[in-house]
Amino acid sequence: MKTLVIAEHDNASLKAATLNAVAAAGELGGDVDILVAGAGCGAAADAAAQVPGVAKVICADNAAYEHQLAENVSLLVAELGADYDNLLAPSTANGKNIMPRVAALLDVGQISDILSVESADTFTRPIYAGNVIATVQSADPKKVITVRTTAFDAVPAEGGSATVEACSAAHDAGVSQFIREEVAVSDRPELTSASVVISGGRGMQNGDNFSLLEGIADKLNAAIGASRAAVDAGFVPNDYQVGQTGKIVAPDLYIAVGISGAIQHLAGMKDSKVIVAINKDEDAPIFQVADYGLVADLFEALPELEAAI
Amino acid sequence: MKALVAVKRVVDYNVKVRAKADGTDVDLNNVKMAINPFCEIAVEEAVRLKEAGTVTEIVAVSVGESSCQEQIRTALALGADRGVHVEVEGRPEPLAIAKLLKGVFDQESPDLVIMGKQSIDGDNNQTGQMLGALTGMGQGTFASEVKIGEGTVEVVREVDGGLQTVSLTLPAIITTDLRLNEPRYASLPNIMKAKKKPLETLTPEQLSVAVQSHVTQVGVAPPPERAAGIKVEDVSQLVDKLKNEAKVI
Repeated sequence: MKTLVIAEHDNASLKAATLNAVAAAGELGGDVDILVAGAGCGAAADAAAQVPGVAKVICADNAAYEHQLAENVSLLVAELGADYDNLLAPSTANGKNIMPRVAALLDVGQISDILSVESADTFTRPIYAGNVIATVQSADPKKVITVRTTAFDAVPAEGGSATVEACSAAHDAGVSQFIREEVAVSDRPELTSASVVISGGRGMQNGDNFSLLEGIADKLNAAIGASRAAVDAGFVPNDYQVGQTGKIVAPDLYIAVGISGAIQHLAGMKDSKVIVAINKDEDAPIFQVADYGLVADLFEALPELEAAI
Repeated sequence: MKALVAVKRVVDYNVKVRAKADGTDVDLNNVKMAINPFCEIAVEEAVRLKEAGTVTEIVAVSVGESSCQEQIRTALALGADRGVHVEVEGRPEPLAIAKLLKGVFDQESPDLVIMGKQSIDGDNNQTGQMLGALTGMGQGTFASEVKIGEGTVEVVREVDGGLQTVSLTLPAIITTDLRLNEPRYASLPNIMKAKKKPLETLTPEQLSVAVQSHVTQVGVAPPPERAAGIKVEDVSQLVDKLKNEAKVI
């Protein structure tokens, strides 16, 4: 059994999501290799080589892969896939963009967002916004899988010494071009890998009031998130969104502020270890999943909380 | 310019779906069905492009049992010009749907394909990308803005770190994210008019596609329940619990 994990990286560094996908690959058994496809991505490949339990890192360094365009990277992964039984990627925006394309090129199904590995061909995954967990069995000789990162504890980032092998295969489908990227720069930890997340919802009333969360986030070294309602209302950008169609998070502590707790939001955070809800509506559904609920006006509770921690 | 819009019939988003007690499947008896919300956004985008004069014809396609003609009619009421129904029994998988859509794509030769990024039943988020691979088209997945240029389309995509803009050669495929637009409601006159719009039915055989299964559902179960928590009196009790009971701060 051989598994290839498609690395999540930004050319300069390896993203934590890769370590969760490697953990899932480890459960499948056999050799685990990592593919780093990018441009000027030597540093990310070197970081991947440090991951324990990895046999080999394939470094495909080519301008066509610089921005992870799915049209190009999928051709590369499908070609390399000939040597592997399983192709895995984390369920990040990139993983979701690339892997179905790979599966179609290989004429196999794709299994999205696995939560567990039951056996070499059987997995569990959420359906209906996480209201139901399905056990699915693949009949394909080659399995193309995306991994829900919060469901697998990350392997350590260091301690291994895999070989790095350069791959010169150049695939440019010539149908897509990267134009620009608007990426929020923040000193805070990444939302999907932070150990504390504090999120605001419609109850925050406007974007300026999110500053009430910032002081607390600074003290707890937390990432800031938001509900879909807050993003739709334009309070904060889309990359803050926690939920079924946004980011899935499972921190040690999740603080939901002014969030009612729509099903689609709960789907994105209910695997957090400890959930705190602050809402003035005592009937809000968020209290049904909260370990600690505080019925209070957030505009009074947040400054108090910031002072008390 | 012709736009092909794919729509899917799914359980209405307000329905809380549960696993059957015997764990064989989800319980879908007598639940309300509707057009998948992301597909509705896809139809709306095509209609807006038509209103802007960019798109001249909108073809709405759905793959499924005969009941999915209801959702094609919904798309027609929202502004699509004609419908194509590919009749398939049971629950075809994303790869099979993508192959059938490729069959329709080859027949219709659209300049643009728009569909939802995922359906709220299977939550697979695959079909659009698979159709992209099968046709060789570029893909603008998770779109929050679409601008048609000369032989190209610029798509702003919602990605993990923020927004990414790509330019794709036409024909191209776009999969919609939540903030691309806010779909309109169909007016009663338009619902009536939609009943008279042409709707063609095709079979997989006519499209030369063999519908195959790659992944079978072995069983379903409810997700693990969280134990009920407590209400705290005030902020100081909350902080005390987090420090001394949960030990997370």
